[in-house]
Amino acid sequence: MRTIYFLLQKEFLQIFRDKAMLVIIFAIPVIQLVVLAYAATFELKNTAFHLVDFDQSTASQRLVNSFEATGYFSQAGQSFSTERGVEDILQNKAKMVMVIPQNFGKKLRSGEKPGLQFLINAVDGSTAGLIQSYSQSILRQFSRQTQPRFSGVSVAGNISPIRITISNRFNQELDYIWYMVPGIIAILVTLICLLLSVLNIVREREIGTIEQLNVTPIKKYQFIAGKLIPTWLLAMFILTFALAVAFFWFQIPFRGNILFVYLTAGIYLLGIQGLGLLISNASNTQQQAMFINFFFVMIFMMMGGIFTPIESMPQWAQQLTVINPIAYFAKIMRMVLLKGSGWGDIQMMIGALTLIAVILLPLAVFRYQKRSA
Amino acid sequence: MSNNLAIQTNNLTRMFGDFTAVDHISFDVGRGEIFGFLGANGAGKTTAIRMLIGLLEPTEGEATVAGFNVYTEAELIKKRIGYMSQKFSLYADLTVWENIRLYGGIYGLSRDAIKSKANELLETLNLEDARDKRIGSLPLGWKQKLAFSVAVMHEPDIVFLDEPTGGVDPITRRQFWEQIYKVAEEETTVFVTTHYMDEAEYCDRVSIMVDGKIEALDSPNGLKQEFEADDIEEVFVELARGAKRGD
Repeated sequence: MRTIYFLLQKEFLQIFRDKAMLVIIFAIPVIQLVVLAYAATFELKNTAFHLVDFDQSTASQRLVNSFEATGYFSQAGQSFSTERGVEDILQNKAKMVMVIPQNFGKKLRSGEKPGLQFLINAVDGSTAGLIQSYSQSILRQFSRQTQPRFSGVSVAGNISPIRITISNRFNQELDYIWYMVPGIIAILVTLICLLLSVLNIVREREIGTIEQLNVTPIKKYQFIAGKLIPTWLLAMFILTFALAVAFFWFQIPFRGNILFVYLTAGIYLLGIQGLGLLISNASNTQQQAMFINFFFVMIFMMMGGIFTPIESMPQWAQQLTVINPIAYFAKIMRMVLLKGSGWGDIQMMIGALTLIAVILLPLAVFRYQKRSA
Repeated sequence: MSNNLAIQTNNLTRMFGDFTAVDHISFDVGRGEIFGFLGANGAGKTTAIRMLIGLLEPTEGEATVAGFNVYTEAELIKKRIGYMSQKFSLYADLTVWENIRLYGGIYGLSRDAIKSKANELLETLNLEDARDKRIGSLPLGWKQKLAFSVAVMHEPDIVFLDEPTGGVDPITRRQFWEQIYKVAEEETTVFVTTHYMDEAEYCDRVSIMVDGKIEALDSPNGLKQEFEADDIEEVFVELARGAKRGD
C-alpha cells in the first residue's frame, strides 16, 4: 500500500503540473457538451425549399405560409420551372422543391382532391424521411383547416373511426437536447479516460522512465493501480462536472437515482481503463497508441447508439454492440436520467459492464511485463 | 555459490531471432569490486546488463546476481540492486526532492530515512539549492550525479551503471568516479559499462566484449601486460579491430 501511495503522489503531481490538463478537465467537457448538444440534432429547422407556384392563388399562398409558419421550412427560391427547382437542389440551395399545379385553389374550393408535387433531396435518407413526414402533417392540418371553409362540405365522413392519441412520455417536448446530452456526456468521459490511459504507460516507455521502475521491486498490480486510480478519479470528476452542466445549463430532469449513474460510470471506466492500458502496453510509441485509440473510439462512437439508434442497425451489427461498453453506459445514462429507471431495469447491463471490466483489467495487469521475453 | 561473489554467469546467452546478441559469456564479479564492462557499440553490453537486472529473459546459460537466480528470482534481485541507465531516467517534470521521495518510497525506506538520505545526498552533491527545482531544468552532469545517488540510496548490494558518464564533461566525470569509489568503499559492488578507456583504468577488473563474446578479462595492469600495451585503449583497439558488428 505504501508503494501505491508514493506512485499515486507521483502521478497526481505529474497530472496537475501539466498545464494542458486543466484545459482537458474543465474546458473540453464544457465545449464538447455545449457545442455537440446544440449541433448534433436531427430536428428540421429552416429547411430551404424552392417554390414552383403555377397557381398563384390565395390558396397556394396560404399553403406556402402554413409551411413557413411552422419554422421547419423556409422558402429559398421561386420560379416557374421544376427544372430550376431541381437545379437548386443540385447546388444545395434547397432540400425540396414544392410544385403547386394550376387550378390548385379552384380544385380545393370545389372539393376535388388537388395534387401537389414535392421533390425531396434524398441523399441523406433520414433527413428526407423527416421532410416528408413533416410535410405530410402540415398538409393534413392545412386541408382540415381549408376544406370546410372553402367547400362547406362536411368532411366528417372522412374521419377515420379509430382515433390515435399520441402522448410523448418522459420527454414531452420531444426536446432533442435532452436525448443527446446524456449520450454526449458518455462520449466525453470515455474520450478523456481512454486517451489518458492509452498514453500512460507508453509515455513512460518513450521517455525511458519505465525501465527505471521495472528494475525496482515494484509489483505489477501496484504499478497498474498507480496508473489506474488517478485517471479514474479524474474521469469521475469530469463526469460530475458534465452532469452539473447538464442539470443547471440544459435543465435536464434527473428523474432516476444519480447513484446509479455513478455506479455504472465507476464500473464502466475500469473496463475502459483496462482497454486503454492494454493498448498503451502494446504500443512502442505514443503515436502508435493514438492510432489504435482512434480505431476503438470510432467504433465505440459509431456503434454505441449515441447518434444512431442501435435498433436500426443490421442484425449482425446489433450483436456486435453486446461487447461495446459505451452502448451500455449511454443507454443506462439515458434510462436513469430521463426515465428514472431503477435497479431492476439496468442490472443486466451493469452485469455486462462488470464482466467487461473483470476481463480487461486483469488482462492489462497480466500483459504488463517488467521483463521482456 | 560462494558468498563472496556478487555476480556469477555461466554461458549466459541471449538471441534475438537468429542474431546472438550475447554469446555464452561467463564471468564472476566479487563483492565490493568495481567491474568495468567494456565493448564497442553493438557488442552486447546493454543486452548483458538487461539480463542481469531482470529486464530481459536470457535464452540460455545461468546467472546469479546477489545470490539469486535471474530466471526465477528476478524480483528478489531487484530489491538488492540499483540501476542507472545511459538513457537518463529520473522524472523530468518532478523536482529533485520529489524524485528522491518517490524512489525512496518504492524501495521501502521510511519517511524519516528518506528525509535524512535526501539531505545527506544533496549536501554531498552540493545541490541543496536545487532541491525544489525540476530535474528537467538541471544540467546533464548534475542529473547524472543525482541519478547515481538515487540509484544507491537504498544501499543496494550491487549497482549497475550503463554508460553513466555519456556526454558529460571531464570534471563531472571525475566527480562521478569519486562517487563510485565512495560506494565501493562501503562494500557495494559496482558493475559499470563505459566508452571512455581512461575510466577503465579506475576499475578493479575489466572485461572487453567483442561481438557478443568476452575476449579479455583481467585487471587493467594485467591486460596491458598481456597485450603489451601502454594503456587500455590500445588493448581495446587491438581486440575490437576484429569486430564484425558495430555502427
